[in-house]
Amino acid sequence: MTVGSDAVKGEIVSCPDCGAELEVKETRPLALALAPEAEEDWGE
Amino acid sequence: MAPRVGVLLSRVRVEEKLLLAELESRGVEAKVIDDRELVLAVEHKPELGVDVVLERCIQHGTALYALSVLDTWGVPTVNRYEVAEICGNKLLTTMRLIRDGVPSPRTRVAFTPGAALAAIEELGYPVVMKPLIGSWGRLVSKVNDREAAEAIVEHKDVLGNYLHSIYYIQEYVPKPGRDIRAFVVGDETIAAIYRASEHWITNTARGGQASNCPVTAELGELCVRAARAVGGGVVAIDVLEGPEGLLVNEVNYTMEFRNSIDTTGVNIPAKVVDYVLEVARTAAGQTRDS
Repeated sequence: MTVGSDAVKGEIVSCPDCGAELEVKETRPLALALAPEAEEDWGE
Repeated sequence: MAPRVGVLLSRVRVEEKLLLAELESRGVEAKVIDDRELVLAVEHKPELGVDVVLERCIQHGTALYALSVLDTWGVPTVNRYEVAEICGNKLLTTMRLIRDGVPSPRTRVAFTPGAALAAIEELGYPVVMKPLIGSWGRLVSKVNDREAAEAIVEHKDVLGNYLHSIYYIQEYVPKPGRDIRAFVVGDETIAAIYRASEHWITNTARGGQASNCPVTAELGELCVRAARAVGGGVVAIDVLEGPEGLLVNEVNYTMEFRNSIDTTGVNIPAKVVDYVLEVARTAAGQTRDS
């Protein structure tokens, strides 16, 4: 997948194919990891 | 000289990226503080290198305790610890709304399964049961009859942690297929959206569709009163259009607004940053005067 050149470490991006949320772990070189699933006290 | 802003966050979602871009566009020095890497030596306030902290954690527990430490250290924060404590707990929020005469759905709290069932029967079906702590409409149940009530109460009693055995029960307010999410910054209701859904849960995180909601005098005043009741700051108010008028349902202290900027035409991150800088400048002025 493609990530914008302005991506920052910790940013959440979505896979355009499957919709999975991924976290930018590093920008140079780009490294992505599956973002954690929501936990009980997550939210607004 | 512009205040230095710390942004306490868990990850950079759309909202955090917009806020950081807004700070950068104004030449404000922003320091990202990743709450996953944070270690707070609580005995002594370190030199944080910031004049104010904007809290954007995704976990309520993290936000609450980080703000508690910052508050004790005298670090200005948006929002304040008290606001996180109240808004992060639905019962505490309800009690503040009642204290300040802000209309809200009829609510019962009970501490045992038997008392919870009695409270449900007294309110009358349907009722809504919610966990005290939680967001995005998760684990919120519309209970239509006695059999469903018994099942939900048993599940909460047996499967949940101790907080699920504090039964928070509200009347079900029939909605016109939508509710209202209003955004308050300081003393102003800056924008509002309708969240429409065929499902009774209308959170945009659950598929509710956003459209602009005019901020009438009535809505604006109600939401400012609700914000003040929980301690003020930057909050999002969920409002129900009940048969007898507007009711404040919940107040959110780390508000999400990605679906509401284009919808309302209001630059919400700019308003938030204005407020954060104002908090920092006010705190700096108070320090100088003391």
